[in-house]
Amino acid sequence: MTENTFSNSRLINWFKLSSPSTFYPVAGKLIPFFWALTAIFGAIGLWISFFVAPVDAVQGQGYRIIFIHVPASWMSMFIYIVMATWAGMGLIFNTRLSAMMAQALAPIGAWMAFLSLWTGAFWGKPMWGAWWVWDARLTSELILLFLYLGFIALQASIDNPRRADKAGAILALVGVVNVPIIYFSVKWWNTLHQGASVSLTKAPAMAQTMLWGMLMMALCFWMYSIAVGLMRVRAIILEREAHADWVKQLKEVNA
Amino acid sequence: MSALLAVIRRDLLLVARRKSEVLTALFFFVVVTSLFPLGIGADAALLRKIAPGVIWVAALLSTLLGLHRMFAVDYADGALEQMALSPQPMVMIVAGKIVAHWIVCGLPLVILAPIIGIQFDLDKSSLFVLMGTLLLGTPVLSLLGSIGAALTLGVRGGSLLVSLLILPLYTPVLIFGAGAVYANSVGLDASGHFSLLGAIFILALAFVPWVSASAVKIAIE
Repeated sequence: MTENTFSNSRLINWFKLSSPSTFYPVAGKLIPFFWALTAIFGAIGLWISFFVAPVDAVQGQGYRIIFIHVPASWMSMFIYIVMATWAGMGLIFNTRLSAMMAQALAPIGAWMAFLSLWTGAFWGKPMWGAWWVWDARLTSELILLFLYLGFIALQASIDNPRRADKAGAILALVGVVNVPIIYFSVKWWNTLHQGASVSLTKAPAMAQTMLWGMLMMALCFWMYSIAVGLMRVRAIILEREAHADWVKQLKEVNA
Repeated sequence: MSALLAVIRRDLLLVARRKSEVLTALFFFVVVTSLFPLGIGADAALLRKIAPGVIWVAALLSTLLGLHRMFAVDYADGALEQMALSPQPMVMIVAGKIVAHWIVCGLPLVILAPIIGIQFDLDKSSLFVLMGTLLLGTPVLSLLGSIGAALTLGVRGGSLLVSLLILPLYTPVLIFGAGAVYANSVGLDASGHFSLLGAIFILALAFVPWVSASAVKIAIE
């Protein structure tokens, strides 16, 4: 009974959401909302990138790949940090949901890294005349993909979910410490890639409309990742909590 | 501290009783490096150029071979659990195992490397730089490898999984290790590479034993 008075003292009790049973229905309600945002931002972003943004003076029409390529690269790096944060929280607070979040995010991040490499190859062929060059950013993105695959492989090969969570968390945290070291080592090893096209410290070296298109596409990728992440985490919750009563009482499980 | 020395002594003694496992990893190092000239031809100039990379990649792979043994045998026969139950800190025990692994799998590479280097027609100063980078770099390989070895304890296909987990983390060591030799051979100053290798070594030394110790605890709890 004391629990109830505790949770009523605040408008929303965030800690309550850390339980899979309360998070599951909330996530279910949020998913359509994020899908709608994905569609809206995606439509605006694609419209700007295909019809509004001017043709690049040097790179022609081919440059339009960056509207997919850059957001995918951003997401691949950002998702790794988010994943490691969830994994670390799971390790520290021993919350089941955090580890499930990390597990749900890993394949999305891996896909983003793969997409970034794939579109990068399509961009590189007309621009540099090569599908692949061993430069700093490509190589570190490739290593990031390997780190994702290692995380997924480790979690998949440990049968005990608690141990899989903890082992994965350690690997993710080690990886997150290593990512900057890998990035700078690869950067000093070889620098052929063009400088960053969007930077926070200096004015962006591209047309305003291009920037808007890219931002819209980045938001679209964000919303997509959140929507898919929530869907995946719901599936993981069902799988892991299959023994619990509240899962057995769910409509979609009984049907 | 006595725990550290005891673990090192014990692991070295175990290795001395069964030499074949260690010799296999070293033999692997020699064989792999010898295969490259066969694969790409005996052009001396080309071999000189690829020698640092080939030797370093072979060193990476042959340290991987020995990694699985670091904890797996003790885990299988329950000795690791007994060590965890002992009043000694787990960090010291893990550190001892890392040092033993380096003495067995890392140090021989440093000594063998010049012989391989001569086969690849490296000059004297390159050989010294190669030995120096291996001396600084192989301890990092043992340290980082211990994380992978601990995480995959008792896991299906563990020894294969280690390579997938650990090889991406080895890239900075490979880059600076082989880079120093290459820089030296084209007349550049290699001290920057050495500083960075040293920095990576110190960082790894400061954090990795604790990470590995907690990974071992996760595996045996």
